[in-house]
Amino acid sequence: MNHLLVYLIIGAILFVLGLFTVISRRNAIAVLMGVELILNAANINFVAFAKFSSATLDGHIFGIFVIILAAAEAAVALAIVLNIYNNFRTINVDEASSLRG
Amino acid sequence: MATYAYILLVLPLIAFAVQMFFGKRLPRGGDFVSIVAVLLTMAIALAMLAIMFVLYNPSFTLEHTFQWIDIGEFQVSLGLYLDNVTLIMLFVVALISSVVHVYSIGYMEGDPGYHRYFGFLSLFTFSMNGLVLSSGFFSIFIFWELVGLSSYLLIGFWYEKDSASDAGKKAFLVNRIGDVGMLIGIMLIWSVIGSFNFQHIFHAVENEALHGSLLSIAGIMVFMGAIGKSAQFPLHVWLPDAMEGPTPVSALIHAATMVAAGVYMTVRIFPILTVDAQLVIAYVGGFTALFAATIAVTQNDIKRVLAYSTVSQLGYMIMALGVGHYVAGFFHLVTHASFKALLFLGSGSVIHAMHHGLHKTGKDDLDPQDMRNMGGLRRKMPVTYVTFLIATLAISGIPFTSGFISKDAILSGSLAFALVNPQHFLLPVFGFGAAVLTAFYMFRQVFMTFHGKPVHEEAYSHVHESPQTMLVPLGILAMFSVFVFYVFPSINPFSSHGWFEALVIKPGSVAGERAAEMAENFEHALHGAHLPAMITSLVVASIGILLAYLFYLRKSLSADRWAKKLQPLYKLSFNKYYMDEIYDSGIVQPFLRACKSLAIFDMDWYDKIIIDGFAYVTRAISRVSRWVDDKIVDGLIVNGIGKIVLFTGSLVRIFQTGRLQQYLMMMLFGIIIIFAFLVF
Amino acid sequence: MLGQIIFYVFAGITVLSAGVVAFSRKLVYSVFALLFTFFGVAGLYVFLEADFLAAVQLLIYVGGVLVLLLFGIMLTNRVADINISQGNTNRIVGGIASLGMLGITLYILFDTPWNTIGEKVMPETVSTIGELLMTRWLLPFEAASVLLLAALIGAAMLARRSGEGEGA
Repeated sequence: MNHLLVYLIIGAILFVLGLFTVISRRNAIAVLMGVELILNAANINFVAFAKFSSATLDGHIFGIFVIILAAAEAAVALAIVLNIYNNFRTINVDEASSLRG
Repeated sequence: MATYAYILLVLPLIAFAVQMFFGKRLPRGGDFVSIVAVLLTMAIALAMLAIMFVLYNPSFTLEHTFQWIDIGEFQVSLGLYLDNVTLIMLFVVALISSVVHVYSIGYMEGDPGYHRYFGFLSLFTFSMNGLVLSSGFFSIFIFWELVGLSSYLLIGFWYEKDSASDAGKKAFLVNRIGDVGMLIGIMLIWSVIGSFNFQHIFHAVENEALHGSLLSIAGIMVFMGAIGKSAQFPLHVWLPDAMEGPTPVSALIHAATMVAAGVYMTVRIFPILTVDAQLVIAYVGGFTALFAATIAVTQNDIKRVLAYSTVSQLGYMIMALGVGHYVAGFFHLVTHASFKALLFLGSGSVIHAMHHGLHKTGKDDLDPQDMRNMGGLRRKMPVTYVTFLIATLAISGIPFTSGFISKDAILSGSLAFALVNPQHFLLPVFGFGAAVLTAFYMFRQVFMTFHGKPVHEEAYSHVHESPQTMLVPLGILAMFSVFVFYVFPSINPFSSHGWFEALVIKPGSVAGERAAEMAENFEHALHGAHLPAMITSLVVASIGILLAYLFYLRKSLSADRWAKKLQPLYKLSFNKYYMDEIYDSGIVQPFLRACKSLAIFDMDWYDKIIIDGFAYVTRAISRVSRWVDDKIVDGLIVNGIGKIVLFTGSLVRIFQTGRLQQYLMMMLFGIIIIFAFLVF
Repeated sequence: MLGQIIFYVFAGITVLSAGVVAFSRKLVYSVFALLFTFFGVAGLYVFLEADFLAAVQLLIYVGGVLVLLLFGIMLTNRVADINISQGNTNRIVGGIASLGMLGITLYILFDTPWNTIGEKVMPETVSTIGELLMTRWLLPFEAASVLLLAALIGAAMLARRSGEGEGA
């Protein structure tokens, strides 16, 4: 708990897990959840650095902003997902391949 | 003098050009253009003749040449050569041409091709003058052909008539055959001597550049042109047919001047004729004289008789040159020009009147040229009759006419030659035989046409004398048929001495010693042969006239009965010894058959196999090309590139799944790889 | 001593829940695991003396985002769709990529000499944060508020459209 590295490692693990979720899950909402995980990992990093490497609370401010944005993004994304669901009757991201080459 | 000659030459040419281009639009068809041109020509010729008399130099020569072609080794010079012979000939041509021009105003009146006629007459005058003035073979050949062309144009003047256009073609083609020989001769001379100019050639031959049999051959070959042009046997067949042309044309071209061109050319090349060549010439001429006379005896068409008579008289001239009597040959040419032209023009007058008469009485199917439809015309056409009679007397060789002197000279020449070379006795036989027949058939013609009772009374009543424009020329020519003009200052009708003999001298032969020797012997014999020849010619002429009188005037001997008695001879004579038929079946038809077979060769074999074969090969090649284009260029290269692109695209498309997650994965891989590069 | 244990408990909760989120086959399990992840992160914030942030995290993430996700799941729930197994390619290759990423990150973490400033006293967070927001970070604050407005309007419009049932 006193070591910066621990927090960073935790952040890293969270980040990678979130990345894996984004890559490998087929449900759009699951992908959103992965995005949230990634954001949280980043937040942990910010705050950890704020505690251990900075004399100010800038890290906290950033964290707040991140949270704000995450919320906004989740809202809009979910609206989009619902739209897709209503139009295509599926939220399987594999189906959303109209842009395929 | 030379400038005058050039002007004289060019005037008719200008007239020809004007006539052909503007003739139709000019008033009166533009005949005055040609007439003015020819009268000016006559004036210049007269002036030049006057100069000749003033100079009175037998050896007068004037040469003016210019280099026409000069390409390396090949050089041709053109120009004019004047001597007494040339000047006299120019005058003859100018005289006959002017006379014919004036005569044609009356004769060709109303003809639709009036302007064209005068244009062609001018062209002929130009060509003939050019021929006379030529200084060498090159230019003489050019004008030779031009004269032939004028003849063709004028014979076939009424081209709508098949017989006329055929006759024109026949004339040109037969002439051409003679010209082949002439060309060979000219080329032979040129290849050995290297020049076309007469004077150069004479000098070269004198220096033995060309001698012996080669010179003989050259001479004979060149003479072949004269055979064609002057209608000697065997190329005489075109002249009777040439009577299809208008009568003035016959008078000008086929009596007086063009046919005389052959004689004139022989006169020109006289010095280089070897003994052998001269013999050939003499026999050709003599035989022709007799041969044509035998045909003329039975002819009924007034112009045919005159045509064969012309052939016969030309034979006389040629024979004279052959035996070496240069002066006599040329003399006869000059006198014959006048009286033969007169005979033709007179016959034209008769035909004109007969045509009028027959037309008026509705008997158009009868031939106005057939003497059996005539008779007693002397009362209706006195002027025509008198002039015609004078000409007939001249041609028969009756004293006081020009013809007597010239014919007498020729006959004495042939006799002299036979005396010197007894093996050639046939020549005087030919000569005197032809004289008998000439007198006979000419007076036969006169008696049938002008004497006796008219065969068709009705037509006869409508006949009248011809207009002045036609009679004046007759008078002028009759004047020139009297002896005086040729022998003054002497006025002896029996003597040929005078200015003509003084000014026209026989050139020395350069064709070897034998020729010179023969010429010398001939000259000696000539003096002795003169009197016997004259007496004999008078006797035979009288016999001929007497026979004609008996047959046709007194009718004490019946022509028909004698014709039946001598049936085979009569038939041969009447059908001109079937010469045209022989030529047709022997030469023309086989040639046409050969042409047909060649045509078959060309069309069936050559066309089908070679031409079509080429087409086939081309198509095969194009098929191969197409295959290459399709399979290789198109298939391999073009399509191949396309396929490569598609293939690459399909490879790359794998990455374009449209799925975000896979894009993210690829990004991650990219980051890992970059990181790996950076760190390691 | 105790602090350490509790710290590790929170860390464990966070990581394990994240694992459940990633690997669970049922979506609902993933959502609830996410809840626990958020809680764990909040706890970690507390350990990092970011009390305000912890509170905000709980409020917004748990109370807002998670609820939203739950609603989304419920509205788009089709029994047949959700429980179909994942595509293998994605999982394996994704797993490799993720592990690679992990490797890189850890390598960086251990390799970089972090600039720590040792013990220090953290100022009072709430008031300081409020003060900072209004002074130094005013512009981003306003921007964030505009963004929130836009998100609000956008989401409302999107949801309205889908509500009226217009075609695609």
